[in-house]
Amino acid sequence: MQVTFKIWRQNGPKDKGKFESYPVDDLTDDMSFLEALDHLNERLVVAGKQVIAFEYDCREGICGQCGIFINGRAHGPHDHMTTCQLHMRSFKDGDTIVVEPWRAASFPIIKDLVVDRSAFDRIIEKGAYISSQTGTAPEANAILIPKSVADKAMDAAACIGCGACVATCKNSSAALFTAAKINHLNRLPQGKAEQHTRVKEMTWQMNLEGFGSCTFTGACEVECPEGISISNIAELNARLLKSKISGS
Amino acid sequence: MLLDSKIPEGRLEDKWRNYQLKAQLINPANKKKLRVIVVGAGLAGAGAAATLAELGYRVDCFCYQDSARRAHSVAAQGGVNAAKNYQHDGDSVYRMFYDTLKGGDFRSREANTYRLAELSAPLIDHFVQQGVPFAREYGGTLENRSFGGVQVQRTFYARGQTGQQLLLAAYSQLYKMIAAGKVTMHTRSEMMDLVLVDGKAKGIIVRDLVSGELKRFAADAVVLATGGYSRVFRLSTLAIGCNGSAIWKAHKKGACFAAPSFTQIHPTALPQSSEAQSKLTLMSESLRNDGRIWVPKTKGDQRTPGEIPEEERDYYLERRYPSFGNLAPRDIASRAAKERIDAGYGVGRLKNAVYLDFKDAIARFGLEVIKDRYGNLFNMYQKITGINAYKTPMLISPAAHFSMGGLWVDYELMTTIPGLYAVGECNFSDHGANRLGANSLLQASVDGYFILPNTINNYLAGAMQGSPDTNHPAFEEAEREVRNHVDRVLGIQGSKTVDHFHRELGRVMWQECAMSRNKKGLEKAIDQIEKIREEFWRDVSVTGGDKEMNTELEKALRLADFIELGILMCTDALQREESCGAHFREEYQTDDGEAFRKDEEYSYVSAWEYQKGDFVLHKEQLKFEFVQPTVRSYK
Ligand SMILES: Cc1cc2nc3c(=O)[nH]c(=O)nc-3n(C[C@H](O)[C@H](O)[C@H](O)COP(=O)(O)OP(=O)(O)OC[C@H]3O[C@@H](n4cnc5c(N)ncnc54)[C@H](O)[C@@H]3O)c2cc1C
Ligand code: FES
Repeated sequence: MQVTFKIWRQNGPKDKGKFESYPVDDLTDDMSFLEALDHLNERLVVAGKQVIAFEYDCREGICGQCGIFINGRAHGPHDHMTTCQLHMRSFKDGDTIVVEPWRAASFPIIKDLVVDRSAFDRIIEKGAYISSQTGTAPEANAILIPKSVADKAMDAAACIGCGACVATCKNSSAALFTAAKINHLNRLPQGKAEQHTRVKEMTWQMNLEGFGSCTFTGACEVECPEGISISNIAELNARLLKSKISGS
Repeated sequence: MLLDSKIPEGRLEDKWRNYQLKAQLINPANKKKLRVIVVGAGLAGAGAAATLAELGYRVDCFCYQDSARRAHSVAAQGGVNAAKNYQHDGDSVYRMFYDTLKGGDFRSREANTYRLAELSAPLIDHFVQQGVPFAREYGGTLENRSFGGVQVQRTFYARGQTGQQLLLAAYSQLYKMIAAGKVTMHTRSEMMDLVLVDGKAKGIIVRDLVSGELKRFAADAVVLATGGYSRVFRLSTLAIGCNGSAIWKAHKKGACFAAPSFTQIHPTALPQSSEAQSKLTLMSESLRNDGRIWVPKTKGDQRTPGEIPEEERDYYLERRYPSFGNLAPRDIASRAAKERIDAGYGVGRLKNAVYLDFKDAIARFGLEVIKDRYGNLFNMYQKITGINAYKTPMLISPAAHFSMGGLWVDYELMTTIPGLYAVGECNFSDHGANRLGANSLLQASVDGYFILPNTINNYLAGAMQGSPDTNHPAFEEAEREVRNHVDRVLGIQGSKTVDHFHRELGRVMWQECAMSRNKKGLEKAIDQIEKIREEFWRDVSVTGGDKEMNTELEKALRLADFIELGILMCTDALQREESCGAHFREEYQTDDGEAFRKDEEYSYVSAWEYQKGDFVLHKEQLKFEFVQPTVRSYK
């Protein structure tokens, strides 16, 4: 199989950046997309050229470190899939594949396809935890949690923090990411004590980081590898209102 | 060198309490003056950093990813064990201790293993309190399932994403302490060397992976929590960035490396499908609760699995191990798969796999129940292979997965270098020669949350004199050595890629130092790896410079350490002339092909000391005071 990668090259945050084309052959159907890029990089090394910087770690769809905009879609042509899970059998022999980094003002480009997503960590820092110290927990079964509640909390908690939601959103909104984390904790009895400050502080930070606001296009839900539902954002809005009324 | 395990006196169940009663304490005002470096922010590192900060220490924490949330703990699917006995099925701390000790084929310390079991129940309390959405029964209590090597249900889980949920809880707690100004987090930072001052661990040299800059950090103690090193095989279930470099640097500075060759090969990963493959994805062991493993009874059978009738299928685990069946421990299940594949019964395009079949479970419980239990694993399987496993059996194959070996630590988790600790997968402590499923999230967590924060004070109480300083000549010297090392790699400008050498190393390690080993093969492997090393340092090509983000350079530096580690692993496997757990020496097996353990000669932990490129063996004799080692049988 042979394809042409049209890849965004940018030497650093200040560089202007441009697309470069790389025809690659010797690919097979069962190679993953990232393995095809590995293959290209090996070619570049042998030719004495600098490799393309791109990110990954687990290569099994859970760490959230990979994230490439492929042919105009976050993580490529399929719904609910990470870049590392994408395989070359999704492309045709002779295809040209356009490969870009996440583009969002709050995710500055570091190099080539690598962006800085530390804004997400700073949102987390503002309240995505339960403030009890190690060693102070009561017996695990002391507080019963109905299966339906635990399951719903888990649905939201599944977020891998890849940033596809932001990258795909025309407003570069981080509403799905922020909502998922808040709803995970606020749905559980353990998270209730700090629920209102959590909502206020985390959404405040989200705005401060320069993420846009959500206009409910639903694009994020389609690209989310975990299929986290956009209804989480509606739930967050309701929580935000409540937290304002609560005045705490 | 004297290896003092510092096991406290008293009955098994009193040892940890006795230890805590005697350990020195530090008052809160003094804790603020003490700095601790934690390298790694997985479950072990994040748990340790957050808890140390809560206690009042000043902490610097490091990871190579862009965020602590991405440590490879995130990938654990199946669950975490705890002796809660919620299922009323006869579980207890003692039973869990015994299962773990036996699972490890009696090659770990009784006292450590007991403590692991003892601290398991409070760990579940802790994670529930931190908001981990564990699976629940309809009545609201916590749910459990079984894992390999045990006959009770003690595994807690959060769908197929248990590691992710535990890690995110630890990460959240860590970022809480970052926000509080008690932890300084350094992401995209890789430890390049350990700095010793007067023989004590006092700091590290770090490479900033964005700017390429080398930086110095000083502290009163250093904790390594850098995870497993099974990427030495290249193809493994680990993340691509997982490395052995931090512990290898520590080893070269004097920390003994224990049982380096004890590596767990997981029986249920996806088979390799091409030479270009970079990683083998794990299919959780929990699948063996309901899936049945088989191969055709006829060699080279060309039929599709559906065409092979029941009586022509060999459910070889059920046949060989009737009492544990498909839930036989990992080393045994992997070896049994290898035996069938090598004998020509393998299935799949490359004949390198066996079937994991859910047909009977679906018929028994219905599709919905199976979907609820394993839905995300079946989805993952489909994404990677394009195959619907509800309709046709999964293809699975053994893959390198977990390092039981690691830096030797005593009961306090301190290495043989004073002030240097190792927690989580990067140490050798509790799992002996084989780790039981779902015991490792547990070990990483209790090491970080509960044990280290209660032992480090015993050392730091005596380290209150003057804070370390990065201007000390030892830092100067260490930084210079790192710079030379980096320059040397970049200066070679050879003709072969880093991945080329990694594939070569992986091939040798997988052939000779994985599921079964023998003297001749290991000797040959050492020769071959020496050659790979020689060629690497002559002919590797790394493009780009050191003062920038350079992913090739990162890979090259890690591989250089893996090559040396590979030699030590083969040396260790060669020296241990017995079979135990995952270490199966072909020369030492029983008539029916099971591991033949030699307690009289080898009931010790091998701890290797680095001496100018050579490895010197020290032995920590294992004393079994409370349990008599027996032949490990799962028949
Ligand atoms: C696919 C898979 C599934 C698993 N499933 C289970 C399961 O179901 N149950 C179970 O109990 N166990 C399971 N395990 C094992 C378990 O997940 C690990 O043993 C455990 O999570 C290790 O935790 P850790 O904190 O020691 O290391 P990790 O989580 O790997 O963290 C290592 C940290 O060290 C950092 N680091 C590494 N090297 C350097 C360096 N040189 N410089 C700076 N930082 C560095 C990394 O950035 C990272 O933050 C599984 C393992 C795998 C691979
Ligand atoms: S590399 Fe981890 S999610 Fe893709």
